[in-house]
Amino acid sequence: MSARMQKSALAVLATYLCAPNLFAEFRVNMPEGVTRISEEVYSLHMLVFWVCVVIAIIVFGLMFYAIIKHRKSKGAVAKNFHESLKVEILWTAIPALIVFALGYRAFFTLEKMYDYDDSALTVEIVGYQWKWRYSYLMDDAAKEDSAQGTQFPVSFFSNLITPESQINNTEAKGEHYLLEVDEPLVLPVGSKVRFILTSADVIHSWWVPQLSVKKDAIPGIVNEAWTLIEKPGTYRGQCTELCGKGHGFMPVVVQAVSQTEFDQWMLGKQDEARQKASLNVKTWTMGELMETGERAYNTYCAACHQANGEGLPPAFPALKNSAIALGPVEAHLDIVINGSRVNPAMAAFGAQLSAAEIAAIITYERNAWGNNTGDMVTPQDVSNFGSSQ
Amino acid sequence: MTTLDHDHSDHGPAKGLSRWLFSTNHKDIGTLYLWFSLSMFFLGGLFAMVIRAELFQPGLQLVQPEFFNQMTTMHGLIMVFGAVMPAFVGLANWMIPLMIGAPDMALPRMNNLSFWILPFAFAMLVSTLFMEGGAPDFGWTFYAPLSTTYAPPSVTFFIFAVHIMGASSIMGAINVIATILNMRAPGMTWMKMPLFVWTWLITAFLLIAVMPVLAGVVTMMLMDIHFGTSFFSAAGGGSPLLFQHLFWFFGHPEVYIMILPAFGVVSAIIPAFARKKLFGYHSMVWATASIAVLSFIVWAHHMFTVGIPFAGELFFMASTMLIAVPTGVKVFNWVATMFHGSMTFETPMLFAIAFVVLFTIGGFSGLMLAVAPADFQYHDTYFVVAHFHYVLVPGAVFSIIAATYYWLPKWCGRMYNETLGKTHFWLSFIGVNVTFFPQHFIGLAGMPRRIPDYAVQFADFNMVSSIGAFFFGSSQLLFLFIIIHTIVAGKKAEAKPWEGAEGLEWTVPSPAPHHTFETPPDVK
Ligand code: HEC
Ligand SMILES: [Cu+2]
Ligand SMILES: [Cu+2]
Repeated sequence: MSARMQKSALAVLATYLCAPNLFAEFRVNMPEGVTRISEEVYSLHMLVFWVCVVIAIIVFGLMFYAIIKHRKSKGAVAKNFHESLKVEILWTAIPALIVFALGYRAFFTLEKMYDYDDSALTVEIVGYQWKWRYSYLMDDAAKEDSAQGTQFPVSFFSNLITPESQINNTEAKGEHYLLEVDEPLVLPVGSKVRFILTSADVIHSWWVPQLSVKKDAIPGIVNEAWTLIEKPGTYRGQCTELCGKGHGFMPVVVQAVSQTEFDQWMLGKQDEARQKASLNVKTWTMGELMETGERAYNTYCAACHQANGEGLPPAFPALKNSAIALGPVEAHLDIVINGSRVNPAMAAFGAQLSAAEIAAIITYERNAWGNNTGDMVTPQDVSNFGSSQ
Repeated sequence: MTTLDHDHSDHGPAKGLSRWLFSTNHKDIGTLYLWFSLSMFFLGGLFAMVIRAELFQPGLQLVQPEFFNQMTTMHGLIMVFGAVMPAFVGLANWMIPLMIGAPDMALPRMNNLSFWILPFAFAMLVSTLFMEGGAPDFGWTFYAPLSTTYAPPSVTFFIFAVHIMGASSIMGAINVIATILNMRAPGMTWMKMPLFVWTWLITAFLLIAVMPVLAGVVTMMLMDIHFGTSFFSAAGGGSPLLFQHLFWFFGHPEVYIMILPAFGVVSAIIPAFARKKLFGYHSMVWATASIAVLSFIVWAHHMFTVGIPFAGELFFMASTMLIAVPTGVKVFNWVATMFHGSMTFETPMLFAIAFVVLFTIGGFSGLMLAVAPADFQYHDTYFVVAHFHYVLVPGAVFSIIAATYYWLPKWCGRMYNETLGKTHFWLSFIGVNVTFFPQHFIGLAGMPRRIPDYAVQFADFNMVSSIGAFFFGSSQLLFLFIIIHTIVAGKKAEAKPWEGAEGLEWTVPSPAPHHTFETPPDVK
């Protein structure tokens, strides 16, 4: 070890020893959680744990007794027993009974976990590399309202907001380092919520330890889960299925609030959705599209294609002077809405962005950085393209 | 026509490199397997050190997430297919003919082939680290579609490497079966066979049953990637779940492939140092066989969270918990063997006792994981990482180390240094527990596996675990030193260096001559 490393190792050690409160929670066990199911799972976990401890004490106790007593150095002489059907049957039967009892106990908890009926609310959870999308599904009445334009589907992405600087250690880490998102999943306490889960790309897994809900989000498959939260609060979890380089960076945050707060929040979301929907039908000017487009481009596309449109070839192509950005609009709409057919890195944005956002981004891409096509793509063009498929 | 009737025992091995390249001698090939395995153990260990160094503290310090994923993948693949499995094949090669009184393996040329394709497979696998797009980064379980549609281009080389490893394993297994079925000395009846031979026989059948499934899975991946099929792609009508079913149909028996021979090793060592016959030989054989049979009907316990139906969940929970029964029988038998023995604690015995204790701890966490409702909380967290490292490191690996100390005098005719051996044991014992025990806590507290960076509440135990890992890793260098020191400068060993050891292998001189049992021994 170099002197520098030694020093920094010491410094680290010192921080840990002197500031135990820095990392206050020193958890060594599963949380009991905030639902009936999670409490049941916890007690099941503890039951199996204690059964194991008791067996361990007996078996290892006997073994260490033998190790201490029956050693040659103490003059122990080996006895000559090496077969006993009775004993064998006994220590086959007793463990068999124990596991049967444990299985019987687990059966009932499992049965409850598989009862998805009678939920008051259904949330669709879709895994993306590397974020979650939550959509509140409408019941039949709401769907009717929606057709009349008085209800709007509420759906949003939930992204990690821990800054790069904290991840790269240039800034101190916050309290909820890696477990914080821009928009949490908001749920009402006291009512049964059903989740349906799937994925847009690879397999992810949605987990909140405090709710004892973990279910895989698998492309092409729709899974179910449910929860009934009893205590308001913020509950944090993570994706638990390896899903690529961002696997460690797609947290799950659930904010459980009272039913009234939830209804209020829902109204606010409805307003937002209404405004978004109105953007899809309003008449845009070129200037508005360019301005909105630049903002949205920098949010959703610049990570790969770069703010200056030059990309990072060969991994991420330039859009400045690119064949698609200068060619027919249809091809441009196609790749942005449906994604690339050859390279999954270029995702399908059709389901992620509104028609207005896509229109603005495409207009921006076709006119920025010297791509002076003069084309103006409107939200109607995007919807028409979508429905023509 | 001249008769080719001469005595083989006088001609020794060929000289130089050709001795090793063209060898058809079970002892030489066993030695090759063991050295290969040891080198892979250090390479896989190096990758583990990279992983633990990155996880020493929260934040990204040493490597980027892309490379981190390559490290976890390569670490797993190399340890499973490069270190543990070849080590047991090496032990089988060396010991099975000596234990059953056979002059060699039944198919010596195939034996040579099955070893010599391995270095190429691993050279290819490791070379992917230097390819554009990097090495495989989808975990050793390589779930589709992360390993197909979303995989780096090097996945094709990975597939080819797995094919070669599979072919090698199948050939090795056929050889073991053919040898045991056909080449036992007169009087070596089934129920006189040492347990190591029994466990390997059963393991070989497991290998033959599941390695083709693995080959099938990777071939389907190859087709999906290059030939436009959609076995595992939902968009084309396939299913990513099909992959998991197939993979774990291979994968679960695979974990027993890595542990049954270890049971055999421990069942040889404990009676030797307790100076007392193995308790419950018959039940040991039956327990091994029933574990092997059960291992085919438990695979979906790795998939409790994928959304299998309630009845399926129940079935796989029940069958998995059932495996605890024959496994328990084994542990009880070992303890009963020690009971009222006359024990001494040389290095092989220390490792064997640690095996019994720590493997059992891994078994306990396995029982916990089998409980489906609780598994929803444990699945894919560090609790699982702790579980399988407990059964694989102080389980399989400790048994291999124990076997090495136990049979090294027979292999090279020299005794290792007991003080160094015991030092190695205590360093390993402490290291392994400091590394893996805290991982139970981190997992229960909520840390997923396979992440390069973690929330701050997991920091303390991760640091402890990393320190343990560096400690454990570096103490294995002592193992390497002890082996070399023994070969070069160890004291001369007797034919039977262990007072209580039993079996045909101790009836031949140490080191075992190049050819043994050309006239079969008489087994009473
Ligand atoms: C994760 C990285 C990534 C992000 C984010 C991304 N792209 Fe792409 N994009 C790619 C890659 C890779 C390609 C090349 C695909 C191919 O080879 O078919 C591509 C291709 C394109 C092309 C075709 C370029 C050409 O001339 O071939 C367009 C247009 C495009 N992206 C638009 C967008 C827009 C609009 C967004 C934001 C809404 C976006 N991309 C976000 C990675 C990304
Ligand atoms: Cu993930
Ligand atoms: Cu398994």
